[in-house]
Amino acid sequence: MAKIVIMGGGVSGHTAASFLKKWLGKKHEIIVVTPNSQWNWIPSNIWVGVGEMTKKEVTFPLAPVYAKAGIDYRQAKAISIHPEGKDGDDTPFITIASTEESKMGQEDEITYDYLINATGPKLNFDATPGLGDGNGQLGKHTVSVCTADHAIHASEELEKSIEKMRAGERQRFLIGTGHGMCTCQGAAFEYIFNIEHKLNDAGVRDMADITFISNESFLGDFGMGGIHFSMGGYATSSKVFAESLYAERGMDWIIGCHVNKVEDGKVSYELLDGSMGEKEFDFAMLIPPFAGVGLKVFAKDGADITSSVIAPNGFMKVDANYSAGSYENWKASDWPRTLQNPTYKNMFAIGIAFAPPHLISKPMSSPNGTPINPTPPRTGMPSAMMGKAVAQSIVDMINGASEPTHTASMSEMGAACVASAGKGLFSGTAAAMTVYPIVPDFEKYPGVGRDMNGTTGELGLAAHWVKHILHHLFLWKAKLKPGWTLIPE
Amino acid sequence: MATEHIKHIKPYSPQFGTMIPMGTQKFLRTCVLYQLIRFVAINIRMTILILKSHH
Repeated sequence: MAKIVIMGGGVSGHTAASFLKKWLGKKHEIIVVTPNSQWNWIPSNIWVGVGEMTKKEVTFPLAPVYAKAGIDYRQAKAISIHPEGKDGDDTPFITIASTEESKMGQEDEITYDYLINATGPKLNFDATPGLGDGNGQLGKHTVSVCTADHAIHASEELEKSIEKMRAGERQRFLIGTGHGMCTCQGAAFEYIFNIEHKLNDAGVRDMADITFISNESFLGDFGMGGIHFSMGGYATSSKVFAESLYAERGMDWIIGCHVNKVEDGKVSYELLDGSMGEKEFDFAMLIPPFAGVGLKVFAKDGADITSSVIAPNGFMKVDANYSAGSYENWKASDWPRTLQNPTYKNMFAIGIAFAPPHLISKPMSSPNGTPINPTPPRTGMPSAMMGKAVAQSIVDMINGASEPTHTASMSEMGAACVASAGKGLFSGTAAAMTVYPIVPDFEKYPGVGRDMNGTTGELGLAAHWVKHILHHLFLWKAKLKPGWTLIPE
Repeated sequence: MATEHIKHIKPYSPQFGTMIPMGTQKFLRTCVLYQLIRFVAINIRMTILILKSHH
């Protein structure tokens, strides 16, 4: 009997655990360790953040789902990995600390035959002074839509701003990235347009000044170096489409920007040209940068070997080329395929938890040496596909395969992204994009880096319907309801 | 007026240098009949992408 431990129950880890249990059945043990008691369909937090959905509509309790599936669920956070076992016992194990209220902090050890790191990001609010509270949590000057609870708070603050505007007081909105090395520009894009749509619905749009602030060197970079869409015979840059929408909706933008301080009603920032600036606000949502969750790794003798397994950014090393060097030398083949740790072959990292070989966007910094460039996004579709591929590989390895048998490289897969620009059955719009491949391959697709037959984008009501339907489909799938495997990742 | 919806754009501002949808394009964005066709097209495109991406 094999024992597979999955650290993290988000999109990636939950997908891996679900398929592992389906394919391996009762003969093998599947354990999920996650600090959250609820599963969250994160893409819809945007709608919670503008008061268009409730927390209950975007979350569900994990325990009953895992109990029904026969998956052992531990509400705990993983603390350390011991891939070589300990003195007197070679069995690898992890240490965990419970996050259940009744057993908060209680530590335990779980042995494993295979380990999947799907721990996702640490929301590194404290990386920018004033963005966090000094204890790793969201500070008091801004709101967030990264979690359902954050989004509830954001919607309450938004409602206060709307009331002020109704009373005749102008409000300044600042939405974007809160650090020079953030990812998730797409989420900020969605939130700013949903706010604008909400203000229009509330009849107060003319009382609002809305500004987008981003570390992208051009609008539409999205951490992917931009995208060229096939449109009317042209390969059209995402820069054109993004600027078009911001301009149409009357928004200003500050780009190439590293926010270096957040205070009450004001951010300070540095631009790519080295100049400094300040921007005042009444309502601000700034995405924090991501880091790894802080896992430590120890050898059999107790020596700290974290740096050999975990990259400096806190994400786990896998089969990527970490020696690619400068931007001019980057290749699509730098990106990992099997997501297997090169040292410990029974360990994998998926979703946001794996260490990318480098950025996708071109690295940039100010003359002062401040890095200001988006980091690579790992969105839901590729994260889930990684979870499924690693699950398939582990099943085959349990059955005798010496190496992983399935791959999920971001340079060999596409992503379907639907970015909401406002919710409404007949008034909503969204940008439906297909991008192939996610990581551009300029050798295979010279000039644009992507397959023009598979890279498309359009804005409209239909895309909003798609997004709303996907909300329901993916929650159905995550709850492992009948037919869940028919819904593709 | 055809450009009433973009009266906020100032000459030589960053917004001045991009493309803005006009009448028919704006109408089609939320025209239910047209968007029903686009709904089918989007789903076909996404299905092809999904099939191409699974290895």
